[in-house]
Amino acid sequence: MDRIFTRDWDKPQGHLLSVYEEAGGYGALKKALSMTREAVMGEVKAGNLRGRGGAGFPAGVKWGFMAKDDGGPRYLCINADEGEPGTFKDRYIMERSPHLMLEGAAITSFAINAHACYIYIRGEFYSAARRVREAIDEAVKAGHLGKNIHGSGFDLDIHVHMGAGAYVCGEESALIESIEGKPGKPRSRPPFPAAVGLFNRPTIVNNVETIAAVPSIIERGGAWYAALGTPGNGGTKLYCVSGHVKKPGIFELPMGTPLREIIFTHAGGMRGAAPLKAVIPGGSSTPVLTPQEIDVKMDFDGLKAVGSMLGSAATVVFDDTACMVRSLARLAHFYAHESCGQCTPCREGTHWMAKIVDRIESGKGRAGDIDLLDDVASSIMGNTICPLGDAAAMPVSGFLKKFRVEFEEHVTTGRCRFPPQALAPVKTDRAWV
Amino acid sequence: MHPPDGTVPEEGMALTFSDKAEAEIKALLPRYPAGEAALIPVLTLAAQEYGALTDDVIDLVSTRLGIPPTRVLATATFYTMLPKKPVGKHHVQVCTNIACSLLGAEHVVEKLERKLGIRRGETTADGLFTLSEVECLGSCGSAPVMMVNETFHENLDEDAIDRVLEECRRG
Ligand SMILES: Cc1cc2nc3c(=O)[nH]c(=O)nc-3n(C[C@H](O)[C@H](O)[C@H](O)COP(=O)(O)O)c2cc1C
Ligand code: SF4
Ligand code: FES
Repeated sequence: MDRIFTRDWDKPQGHLLSVYEEAGGYGALKKALSMTREAVMGEVKAGNLRGRGGAGFPAGVKWGFMAKDDGGPRYLCINADEGEPGTFKDRYIMERSPHLMLEGAAITSFAINAHACYIYIRGEFYSAARRVREAIDEAVKAGHLGKNIHGSGFDLDIHVHMGAGAYVCGEESALIESIEGKPGKPRSRPPFPAAVGLFNRPTIVNNVETIAAVPSIIERGGAWYAALGTPGNGGTKLYCVSGHVKKPGIFELPMGTPLREIIFTHAGGMRGAAPLKAVIPGGSSTPVLTPQEIDVKMDFDGLKAVGSMLGSAATVVFDDTACMVRSLARLAHFYAHESCGQCTPCREGTHWMAKIVDRIESGKGRAGDIDLLDDVASSIMGNTICPLGDAAAMPVSGFLKKFRVEFEEHVTTGRCRFPPQALAPVKTDRAWV
Repeated sequence: MHPPDGTVPEEGMALTFSDKAEAEIKALLPRYPAGEAALIPVLTLAAQEYGALTDDVIDLVSTRLGIPPTRVLATATFYTMLPKKPVGKHHVQVCTNIACSLLGAEHVVEKLERKLGIRRGETTADGLFTLSEVECLGSCGSAPVMMVNETFHENLDEDAIDRVLEECRRG
């Protein structure tokens, strides 16, 4: 299989421009600059490249929404906030193949006619930010970025902007607010960023992985890229697998690879004798699946069909030593902590949910708590400014639907029969395959 | 503190940025069409210079960027990585989110609490360590994970935790 993201990850100095150029790097940018903007966008549309930040919106289509060029500034923002629990791919792209992202950024900026691009990197990713800054310097020196790129007359400045600790800033309008120096509180839409975005100008926000896929599409064509995946879900995908498996890590596989194959072939199956109990397929907000449901194709449509979501393809695997109530409590606290507080259902609801799950977990659950929890979750759904509210409610509904018995058992027996998880790191020699 | 000309400030004199920080701010500003966009990077710099964003540091940032102090404060308080009070020399942040908790993150925190003699959220009396419990650090495939200042420590086992603390104490 063609490896798009991980091609250079095994090379000792794979992050350097010289290595990237040796493998043909920045050739796609030169090619794009000789094409029309519409043709570049057309290839990306034909490739069925869907956004890898979670929602799966077709990238080429989104670019097409950019407001008409009035000669004023237009921006590209790359979302490198990577905060969805379970997700750990964008940091690797930035540390190991920064030029892939930068070349993608240059091609995308050309396609939407933006002359400034901000890479919003989460505050904790010091080493990734260092790598990206070094790569920008290398690329500017070599004429791949900056003024009059490769004699095309196209100018582009790329800036790193570090976050400062707030999960909600991964939401695209909060990210924009954050770059503007404000608290990361999502904006209500419309208008969408493509009309009124960063500094009130037309803006596209794309995930790191989405952007890093772009050079390969221009180099080898949209039809080639589309054929790598399933209908409507082009390309390869970086699947992040964590939890109770033998070989956790990042696996670059075709879009639509069955979840069972990802867990049992690529990630080596369960780490011990305990059998599989549950799988969160696409990051903490995506509804949990049971072992009977893992023959699903891991693409946007396959997971939607079973009532879950591909999200950021962050697969968390639980064996039957895990307490589902305790696990949900952990997630509920996360969302309560990260709510920006703008909407009442999200601000109040996330805290109620955390409190009720805690009560059940500690054995003090009351009759009616489970239904109450379910009610709170459904009253958040669809009633908030940004999807964080839904993201907090969905795991709750999902856990209650699939593992209700375990919640009932906690309430009726007044105790948890699962011991705490022992310290059990998995020693892998490297984090990707 | 740190007036650009190197003179010693008088009591009650407003704070200033060091020459190094001032140079960084000068490099930052042209990257944005509006000065306010430099606020988070400048607050990050200010926290590095002064250890915490106390009222007089907020005033310094407000004056330097020409942004009202209330707006500076609103942003400073929103972000968890902008410290309102000083943290220890080694800030130990343990992820206890879902993937790490499945592989024993709670044990990591408890062990650190025992070894450092403090609870999560506290700083040791000698100011050497602050222990924090944090959300997913984006390294779930190498769980359990903690960060000490700018460095990730992954696949933590008993020995690794001991070793990291020893290295901090030595260096
Ligand atoms: C609460 C919340 C957090 C998000 N966090 C991220 C993130 O860390 N990284 C990301 O790329 N997208 C994140 N998103 C999705 C973004 O809003 C946006 O859809 C995405 O960056 C668009 O890029 P894409 O079309 O390439 O996927 C988040 C959304 C929400 C609601
Ligand atoms: S849903 Fe939650 S995070 Fe999103 S805007 Fe409302 S309060 Fe803020
Ligand atoms: S859950 Fe600990 S790093 Fe992601």
